[in-house]
Amino acid sequence: MSTLVVVPILVPLCAAIVGLLASGRPALQRVLSVAGAAAQLAVGAALLIAVHTRGIQVQQLGQWPAPFGITIVADLFSAMMVTVSGLVGLCVSLFALVDIGRDRERFAFHPLLHFLLMGVAGAFLAGDLFNLFVWFELIIMTSFVLLALGGERPQIEGAVKYLTMNFIASGLFLTALGILYGQFGTLNMADLAVRLESQPSGVGLSSAVLMLVAFGIKAGVFPLFFWLPDSYHTPPAAVTALFAGLLTKVGVYAMIRVLTVVYTAELPALAPLIVTGSLLTMVTGVLGAAAQYDIRRLLAFHIISQIGYMTLGLGLRTEAAMAAAVFYIVHNIVAKTNLFFVAGAIRHIRGTSDLKALGDLYRDEPRLAVLFLIPALALAGIPPLSGFVAKFALVKAALTAGAFLSAGVALAVGVLTLYSMTKIWAEAFWKPAPAGAGGGTRGPVPIAMLVPIALLTTLTVLLGVLPGTLLDLASGAATQLLDRDQYLDAVLGTVR
Amino acid sequence: METVLALVIGGLYAISFYLMLRRSMVKLIFGLMLFTQAVNLLIFTAAGLTRGQPPIVPPGATGVPAPYADPLPQALILTAIVISFGMLAFALALTRRGFQAMQTDDLDRLGRSAPE
Repeated sequence: MSTLVVVPILVPLCAAIVGLLASGRPALQRVLSVAGAAAQLAVGAALLIAVHTRGIQVQQLGQWPAPFGITIVADLFSAMMVTVSGLVGLCVSLFALVDIGRDRERFAFHPLLHFLLMGVAGAFLAGDLFNLFVWFELIIMTSFVLLALGGERPQIEGAVKYLTMNFIASGLFLTALGILYGQFGTLNMADLAVRLESQPSGVGLSSAVLMLVAFGIKAGVFPLFFWLPDSYHTPPAAVTALFAGLLTKVGVYAMIRVLTVVYTAELPALAPLIVTGSLLTMVTGVLGAAAQYDIRRLLAFHIISQIGYMTLGLGLRTEAAMAAAVFYIVHNIVAKTNLFFVAGAIRHIRGTSDLKALGDLYRDEPRLAVLFLIPALALAGIPPLSGFVAKFALVKAALTAGAFLSAGVALAVGVLTLYSMTKIWAEAFWKPAPAGAGGGTRGPVPIAMLVPIALLTTLTVLLGVLPGTLLDLASGAATQLLDRDQYLDAVLGTVR
Repeated sequence: METVLALVIGGLYAISFYLMLRRSMVKLIFGLMLFTQAVNLLIFTAAGLTRGQPPIVPPGATGVPAPYADPLPQALILTAIVISFGMLAFALALTRRGFQAMQTDDLDRLGRSAPE
């Protein structure tokens, strides 16, 4: 029993409620928002330390024992994800101070941000499938509003697609829950795992596929990704960075969690499908990005491409691959959020993110140029940055597992990623600004934008130069993921 | 009874997906509505139907006598109904806003506008 597990859900809830109460006083609301996000990061770190030293932490709400009550569980993977989401929340709340604008603040941007963080933390900590569904709904409900807030025409268009696809994903997830409950009479993940093992049935595989599709839509896996590049680039940069950093990864997290805890028996049958899907996701994403000339659309396609690396780790099913996937997720959240921040900063000072209309940023904003180059090279996997460690670990795991095609594709996609990043560099930063592009520089990048960018960039470098701590954590998380008895014992305890 | 409901559910899924594949935004909303209803009915039916046996412990007994209606799926459905109600309300508001902004109900013409 550990009360600490519930705190990452309560902190954003309190921050959101207090933020709503303070809606008449924007200055106070901003302070509360940043403070709440910082508290979330601190709580996440505390939870991570607790899980690292004392093993998997479980809280049965209302003291109802496991299969009957609502279970909140934190293993290393969840705790890492909660910590990183706190970090992203903090950076987004700082960046939003200048980026989001008075109007959106008036329509409760900051409380919505915290409700979203609450949903994300809840999804990472849920030990019950229906509970996971409810957290998913909270996430998409708040993200709908954040996406459509402002009501500009491209935003509405993006929101319609986003809404439809997420609605369908939720429906499929709920369908899987319905047939699972009908067969086994429980939705607690650990309890389901035990029952699926003791009474195998076709329901296992069919519900696993339904969930794979549902989480695949949320994660943006081939061929279910098409809604993503159409909607992610439309809202302000702070919102896009938040979505890009966290939301697709919640889908990946759910996929890994469900397939390793509940569907251990079905995973071997699904693995070839997952690997094929991952490779196609990597390739289509990166090729789609190569054709784009708007920084934000280009980066949106890269989200898809990078998701493939993470699900590949799941599909390979070895401990090293799983550890690489966990490392990759953390690295990617940091680097991707940062790149969207840079895109937002460019848009802030130049008024556009179209590469054809940009130029000369290296001359005007050398600091921003360096801060772009580092996460961009990290994304492509250039040493000594975090992306190199992540890709190296994954490719090594693939080679060890004998998946030579996967390793080759992963490396080739890395090269193409580098192509896209150098394209942004050459077009936006090096090229002389085209004549008659208008706009010009609207002053230097505000400090509230530079701080989160610099923070995340430092982290990218640190994760690359000193990857030891994170690698240890990631391999610990992978061990826990593949040895599900630890999880079952922690949740079910004496009931088993 | 289960057979009839299974057929109804299948029909609802089919109709909802057909409607979602149409180009009209209004039909899309109808499709989403029917989809949530189909899922709710599925949860209800898959958990087994028991008539006239409420899960109430009789006076003096320590448990509910064997054939009783499982209350949990109904609780799940109730939650799902509330959530889908909120989502649909948002979808309707969004559609209306979309129609105001674009003066069209045709989803195909949505994607055709310039990305910026």
